[in-house]
Amino acid sequence: MEYCGLYIHIPFCKKKCYYCDFPSYCNLENLIKPYIAALKKEIQLVSVKYPDIKIKTIFIGGGTPTYINYKYIIEIIELIKYCFEIKNNAEISIEGNPGTFDLNKLLEYRKVGINRLSIGLQAWQDNLLKKLGRIHTQKQFKQAMDNAKVAGFENINIDLIFGLPEQCIEDWKETLEKVTLLQPTHLSCYSLKIEEETPFYALYKQGKLQIDEDLEREMYYYTKKFLNSKGYHHYEISNFAKTDFECIHNGIYWDVKPYIGLGSSAHSFINNHRYSNTNTVSRYIKELSEDRLPIKNINKINQEQLMQEYMFLGMRKIDGVSSKEFNKIFGKDIDFVYWNVLRELQEKGLIEKGEKIYLTSKGLDFANHVFQSFL
Amino acid sequence: MVLDKKKKIRNFSIIAHIDHGKSTLADKLIESTGLISQREMANQILDNMDLERERGITIKLQAIRLVYKAKDGEEYLLNLIDTPGHVDFTYEVSRSLAACEGAVLVVDAAQGIEAQTLANVYLATDNDLEIIPVINKIDLPSADPSRIKNEIEDVIGIEAQDAPLISAKEGVGIEDVLESIVKKVPAPKGDRDAPLKALIFDSYYDLYRGVIASIRVKEGTIRKNSKIKMMSTGKIFEVDEVGLFLSTLVPVDELSAGEVGYVAASIKNVKDTRVGDTITDANNPAQEPLPGYKKINPMVYCGIYPADGAKYEDLRDALDKLQLNDAALQFEPETSVALGFGFRCGFLGLLHMEIIQERLEREYNIDLVTTAPSVIYKVVKTNNETIWVDNPTNLPPAVEIDYMEEPIVNASIMAPTEFLGSVMELCQERRGVYKTMNYMEEKRVVLEYELPLNEIIYDFFDALKSRTKGYASFDYELKDYQRSSLVKLDILLNTEIVDALSFIIHNDKAYNRGRAIAEKLKEVIPRQMFEIPIQAAIGGKIIARETIRAMRKDVLSKCYGGDISRKRKLLEKQKEGKKRMRQVGNVEVPQEAFMAVLKLN
Repeated sequence: MEYCGLYIHIPFCKKKCYYCDFPSYCNLENLIKPYIAALKKEIQLVSVKYPDIKIKTIFIGGGTPTYINYKYIIEIIELIKYCFEIKNNAEISIEGNPGTFDLNKLLEYRKVGINRLSIGLQAWQDNLLKKLGRIHTQKQFKQAMDNAKVAGFENINIDLIFGLPEQCIEDWKETLEKVTLLQPTHLSCYSLKIEEETPFYALYKQGKLQIDEDLEREMYYYTKKFLNSKGYHHYEISNFAKTDFECIHNGIYWDVKPYIGLGSSAHSFINNHRYSNTNTVSRYIKELSEDRLPIKNINKINQEQLMQEYMFLGMRKIDGVSSKEFNKIFGKDIDFVYWNVLRELQEKGLIEKGEKIYLTSKGLDFANHVFQSFL
Repeated sequence: MVLDKKKKIRNFSIIAHIDHGKSTLADKLIESTGLISQREMANQILDNMDLERERGITIKLQAIRLVYKAKDGEEYLLNLIDTPGHVDFTYEVSRSLAACEGAVLVVDAAQGIEAQTLANVYLATDNDLEIIPVINKIDLPSADPSRIKNEIEDVIGIEAQDAPLISAKEGVGIEDVLESIVKKVPAPKGDRDAPLKALIFDSYYDLYRGVIASIRVKEGTIRKNSKIKMMSTGKIFEVDEVGLFLSTLVPVDELSAGEVGYVAASIKNVKDTRVGDTITDANNPAQEPLPGYKKINPMVYCGIYPADGAKYEDLRDALDKLQLNDAALQFEPETSVALGFGFRCGFLGLLHMEIIQERLEREYNIDLVTTAPSVIYKVVKTNNETIWVDNPTNLPPAVEIDYMEEPIVNASIMAPTEFLGSVMELCQERRGVYKTMNYMEEKRVVLEYELPLNEIIYDFFDALKSRTKGYASFDYELKDYQRSSLVKLDILLNTEIVDALSFIIHNDKAYNRGRAIAEKLKEVIPRQMFEIPIQAAIGGKIIARETIRAMRKDVLSKCYGGDISRKRKLLEKQKEGKKRMRQVGNVEVPQEAFMAVLKLN
């Protein structure tokens, strides 16, 4: 059996950020305890369902996993270790927001084997943090970073967002500069997307959020240039890392490799099936209390879909996809399958093509255009 | 005995302005004479196409025979001949009126006389019909029957004091209408032994029997197995069946002078049973056809293309089928650089065009892209050759044109006096030439204008409605062709002419229209990876320019955990959107853009 990624979803937050449409909730604290119980049940049921799998990475995401009592996290990891075979030195990540963890929590995480910390900073300036609805300040972030280092985390990611309303280029430059001074090993720089059903969307519809696309691109180009100069290499559309610190777990998604998602709203891809758990936390708890897996959508992925996904996910990587690799997996020549598409994309200057096929700088700006053409 | 039969026949139509209750009254007449029980009657049986019911208008006319036992104790045969309720179908209306001796004029008790009321009354008087005014909707709180009676007398000049006051909806006064028909509509004349003259007032295609023609026998007798001749075309057919319109078609041995019914003669195409034509006996033909026949020609043309190029043959089949029942619909294949293979279609008017488009989309499930409607222009070239142009793309270069003529209509617009100014302003804007104005009463006026047809085929009626808060009504008929200063306006996307967007327009209006279209296209064409100039040009001269800025990015930067299905859905949606685009050069143009030029205000 192939190595598998494991994603654990913790759907709780102290407060919902104004731009966030992730399946995370505030004011559900009373459900945390039963949720963890359900999660444990799910771990056991899944380990019975897939007795042969080996775990390559664990990613505890959210929500804000650091918001809940650290004991729950420890119990979960311990149980996973008990139920599954885990690769030596597996990457085990946890996401956290400044202001929800202290040194002690981090030390406990370290003890149980968590070796990667992903901190949601998003913006450097306090005025921007406030406008995003973040619960923390710049100072709290610095404290969090210090604690992470003291606790012994050697692999730290920082999440940032650019293209924010009222964010000027100087703000962004300062953010990158200050953050890189703290020497994280990994940076995720996402362009703000205004998602429906968020407070930002409502403001945007009222014309109260000004988004400047030209400025946003300028920020992106600057990011690529600046981070490269600081020794972070660009390895995925939004991700930058020091050598050998690329996120292995996310790599599983882009390489269309198998993963299992546990917890509400978590998605899985295994044995050529994609499925997801219910989005409703209370329902998730209820189903598991009755010993049922709370799966809602199951889709079998056929060969053609798999190829499409291999392309539109693989092309997210700056190195792109390898023709040889494609041939090895699908037994077909990539040029044969996507001849017209590749030629057209090349003519438009969106991709570069050798043994590897990858996005050009223009292709990075219009990645969706590239991706949809494989469908 | 035979004479008696004819005396008991009443052939009549109902005429009304749209929405004044014509169809409802027809239903109630049918219901109250007991031909069909209420239970059997699906709401408004005369309007039997879905589209007609939804729009509340009658498109294809039909007839039905009712038996009514009058207060004098006698049974009468009433042939109700339904008429289409729209200006596009004036000719069809006039032919079905020609099949009658009387017309029930329905006037709304609140709204009174409208433009179509008058237009229909004129058609009825042209055909020497006895007009029976009926005032409908007396149950409305705003009903004012005595005012309406006076209005009818003043404006139309017919006696209206004893007009039945009815509410067709509530079934009030239906008996009075029937009695009036029996008393006032003259019995038909004609000699059953004379050479056959039967007027075709409608026809439709039946899968099993071929064309079924609705006829009114004016002279002579038509029988099963006799040989008949269409007088306009000389074509000869053998009658398979003649019959009556009851709730279904009921065969009889013969139809003679005065009667209304149908004839089936294994006719394959409705074009062979042209409305208004006279059927005669092939062996004993009449000397002269009945008066009034004319070949109807389309007034409005547009290009119709399948949204999905692969559906071209489906579209052709659908048009073929529609044409079986609609001799007025014309089409021929054309190609456009922008839109691919499609058809140039000719229609009687805008409504006719909309109806055909809707039926294609709805009944035949074909998504369409249509070009802006055009009228047919007369072009006299410098070499003295005259050509008729119904597609702007086919207009010869300006240097080869000596002069052009465009169709002009006589339009009458009825509106409350408070809107007089706005209506006149509108007509002025549309190059109208003022003719006369008549006060129908203190507060309402009829304006007569000469208007170029190409000024009214876009949005004139909508503009009229919006400027008069919906109170104005409008009617027109083709007058003639007049010389005019016309130019072809081209639209260029990324410096390439988009043939499907070209149109012919009066020189004085080209600049404004060009600018408005460029602005509109800027709104509807999404930004693309490069900057797109939009230009409007006459000949080689650019008269307006807009620019669609280049899109800067199209990328999902966020990582939705392992939710690949969501990513796929987003990409699929995007792909779907692209599919609905037309590739014009290297620009992707949404299909709405081709119709957007219609809706500029």
